[in-house]
Amino acid sequence: MSAPRRAFARLFSFLRKPPLDADLEAEIAAHIELATQQNIERGLTPVEARRQALVRFGGMDLVKDQHREARGLMKLDIFLQDLRYTIRSLSRDRGFTLIAILLLALGIGANIAVFSVVNNLLLRPLPFPDSDKLVWIAPPPTKCGLSCATYSTDAYDEFRTYSRSYQDVTGYFAFSTPGNLALNLGGAPIPATSIDVIANFFNVLGVQPAMGRLFRPEDGKNGAAPVIVLSDAWWRRQFNADPNIVGKAFDMNGQQTTVIGVLPQTFDFAAVFSPGAKVDALTPLNLYGPPRDEGNIITLIGRLKPGVTLGQAIPDAAQAAPHMCWNNKYPQSCGGYAEKNGEGGVVPVPLKDYISGKLRRSLVVLWSAVGGVLLIACVNLSNLLLARAAARTKEFAMRTALGASRLRIVRQLLTESLVLSSAGAICGLALAGTLIAWLRHQQALALPLVSLLHLDGAALGWTVLIAIAAAGLFGLLPGLRMASGNLQDSLKDSGAGSGQGRKHERLRSILVVTEVALACVLLVGAGLLLRSFLHVLDVDMGFEPQHAAAVNVDYDDSVPNDKDGSLGAARRGVIFQQVISRVSAIPGVQAAGISDYLPLGQNRSWGLPWPKGVKQPDNIHGSPLVYVITPGYMRAMGTSIQGRDLTWDDGPKSQAVVLINRSFAKFLDNYAHWPNHSAVGQMLNDGSGLLIVGVVDDVHEESAEGDAGWQIYYSAMQSGPNGAQLVIRSTLPPAVLASTVLRTLRDINPKQAMAEFRPIQSLVDHANSPRQFFMLLAASFAGLGLLLAAIGIYGVISYGVTQRTQEIGIRMALGATMATVQRSVLAKTLRLAIIGIAAGAAASLLVSRAIAALLFDTAPTDPIAFAATVILIGIVALLAGYIPARRASRINPMVALRNN
Amino acid sequence: MGESKLDLLQGTLDLMVLQTLAAMGSQHGYGIARRIEQASGDDVLLNQGTIYASLVRLQQRGWIAAEWGASENNRKAKFYSITRAGRKQLAKDAAYWQRLTDVMGRVLSMSEKGGAQ
Repeated sequence: MSAPRRAFARLFSFLRKPPLDADLEAEIAAHIELATQQNIERGLTPVEARRQALVRFGGMDLVKDQHREARGLMKLDIFLQDLRYTIRSLSRDRGFTLIAILLLALGIGANIAVFSVVNNLLLRPLPFPDSDKLVWIAPPPTKCGLSCATYSTDAYDEFRTYSRSYQDVTGYFAFSTPGNLALNLGGAPIPATSIDVIANFFNVLGVQPAMGRLFRPEDGKNGAAPVIVLSDAWWRRQFNADPNIVGKAFDMNGQQTTVIGVLPQTFDFAAVFSPGAKVDALTPLNLYGPPRDEGNIITLIGRLKPGVTLGQAIPDAAQAAPHMCWNNKYPQSCGGYAEKNGEGGVVPVPLKDYISGKLRRSLVVLWSAVGGVLLIACVNLSNLLLARAAARTKEFAMRTALGASRLRIVRQLLTESLVLSSAGAICGLALAGTLIAWLRHQQALALPLVSLLHLDGAALGWTVLIAIAAAGLFGLLPGLRMASGNLQDSLKDSGAGSGQGRKHERLRSILVVTEVALACVLLVGAGLLLRSFLHVLDVDMGFEPQHAAAVNVDYDDSVPNDKDGSLGAARRGVIFQQVISRVSAIPGVQAAGISDYLPLGQNRSWGLPWPKGVKQPDNIHGSPLVYVITPGYMRAMGTSIQGRDLTWDDGPKSQAVVLINRSFAKFLDNYAHWPNHSAVGQMLNDGSGLLIVGVVDDVHEESAEGDAGWQIYYSAMQSGPNGAQLVIRSTLPPAVLASTVLRTLRDINPKQAMAEFRPIQSLVDHANSPRQFFMLLAASFAGLGLLLAAIGIYGVISYGVTQRTQEIGIRMALGATMATVQRSVLAKTLRLAIIGIAAGAAASLLVSRAIAALLFDTAPTDPIAFAATVILIGIVALLAGYIPARRASRINPMVALRNN
Repeated sequence: MGESKLDLLQGTLDLMVLQTLAAMGSQHGYGIARRIEQASGDDVLLNQGTIYASLVRLQQRGWIAAEWGASENNRKAKFYSITRAGRKQLAKDAAYWQRLTDVMGRVLSMSEKGGAQ
């Protein structure tokens, strides 16, 4: 009860110190007078009476201090005093202060930025209410890509019925192509991307609209009026943030579509579910309309009931799986999801793990690297402070002699550290803020949740934490060193060549060796990641990404009363042939062709075609990815064909033909034992039979790093494509080509949208962007570490030269040449560097094993990375040592001897 | 200075001050200090100045109140008096001390008997 009251009183006293001090003075004066008076009454002389009164009172200053301490916040008083002193002394030593703050700002800034990324992806929950209840439901990854990670509409219904763990289950159509929405405002249609989601999508995720409403069940029913929900970004960009947008209708894909709502800024579909892409709008998926029988098209996302754990949901999903049919019309397709490769085919994983789980290891490595940078910065600063402390030995000795306690001096030095690290943290925060703002706008970066990056309370807390930790780290050593010094020696010590100076120098050398070793570890790590990245770039993708670009082609192949689709297929063939021949005629175009899907984007599969006349074993799983293409596509992509390409004669009425890739051909040959192991000319069983007319290179369709899977290419005139991506190979820059090609396309089809021209290289870059991102960050941190280490080396050597000016002067006077002096300084530098490199290389061997899982085609002991690191540090160390060495050799013996 | 004098235990001075004020009513710092010295038979090692830290502590806790006034020979001095909360606290602390000294007395006397060789 009295404790808070007292605390309040103390704070109050602290704030009004002068009047309270005056009050105490008056009280003490009264005390002495009263005591003197009584002593006089006892018969003492006035002078003796007063003396006795003072003696009985005790040490006046001690009493006042005790009073203040009891009364107010003595520690804070001292701290403020130290603070004033610190600011005065730091502003006197401006150069040192600036360097110290800069070092800390870099170290702390990098730490805050990486922490924010880590916090965003790993620590913070997903931006949905109770997001820990959200799960992603999919089989373990398999060969057949997205098709094997999705479910049919029938399967979705059955899962919803038979699973008991979920409040509700939702999903979205996984196969929308970019630019699938043409917004017609008069003039050329504007391409946009929309994703079909099941009507309960936002209810399951817990997303509320910023404006209007989100989907209701009736929006996804047959015959429902077309509605659309806009993303915040598209609403701002395309509709000028129109506050009255809700209720307005626009011509989208030829249908009057009503805008019913706008999503909040905090929900970005692409950031969560397809990083690096752009999703402008969401539309309701009609579960009972045309896509019903299109096979595996829906990804599943569920929200667990309160109290249900993941451990309970997994067996629940396994018991629901046998009820799920690919298509209820085909009973033999029921239970097909139950098991794949001996593992459950319907497995819930936390949505967060699905989104950011793969990045965990990279992020942890990055976090460690940036911690290493801060450590180097601290060691460096410790070194600088030691040098500064050495110059201030006498000042502190004097203060000690005048009665300051050791504790007080350590406290003073720690206050300095704290001031420096706070200033560094503030600048670092600004730096991190800039970095994060830049990162947030890297939309091409295929990292999830990037657009949600921001500095939050956690990041600020982290900043305070590392600022204090850093201050302790770099301030304690010089502080203790200072306080333990011998008073007498320090006062006598003239600095140069004395014992104290030598001891300092040894300590500083140890610090520099530590720095070099740390930098070495960082460089080896970055080197290994860089080598991995270069290896990834070197991977033969199965196509030639340079000098090719793709554009989305709009076409209308609908034919009335087209019963089996053959009329549409024929019409499609005519349109595509016209497009390709017209585009091929453009000067500078070497090849052109169409595919519905491009590599490294979406994919799908249609089951496993098997060689005719060969029995299919039961234990075969997976199926090839399907692409529907036109003649010329392979040539445009730069993929070589063994056998023949598709031709325009492979139409709806002729023999169905396919191209398959080498891996698939090889796999089938294991069972079919084709003559000469050649698949060309062989038949596959797929209803009517498919003739393999060519075998093509393996294309990396998921990533450069993974294995190329199985692929099969159908003719666009014999199968239904899911859109049309026109690929053009040309040495002309895409920008030059774009306008001509688009004009041609619009000439053929006036409804053609002003689609974006995407270089094929950008698909590869996009796929490699996470690795590139991590590699670049690791390399920057390593570079920063190296720079800091170089500054450290320079500092120590340069300080050593300054300290030994006299000695060097004498040696030169005795006949040492400039070269000998230079050599001796450089030798000292090299000695430090070599010890540091040796220690660092040993540590790197341990560390590199820990990051082995992040490497691609690179051994953790990669000699090139190690050798390059050693050489780089050696060169940098020599450069850092050369400047003081040069200065040493320019010392004028006469001047040096006369000084000091 | 008198080595045989008692060093004050932490917190005991506060209790002495409270008791003094309870017994004497309103009193200034010097008066309290003298009174404690007299009551303890000059057995306590007390720099009179020490009393002021104790006074401010007690005041901040609300156990004593202070007011400037005039002393018997008309000098300006700050007078302290115990509050109701202070009396309650005094009763509590005094009881505690009583128990502690009783226990200490018993324990120490026991050790004298038991320690006989």
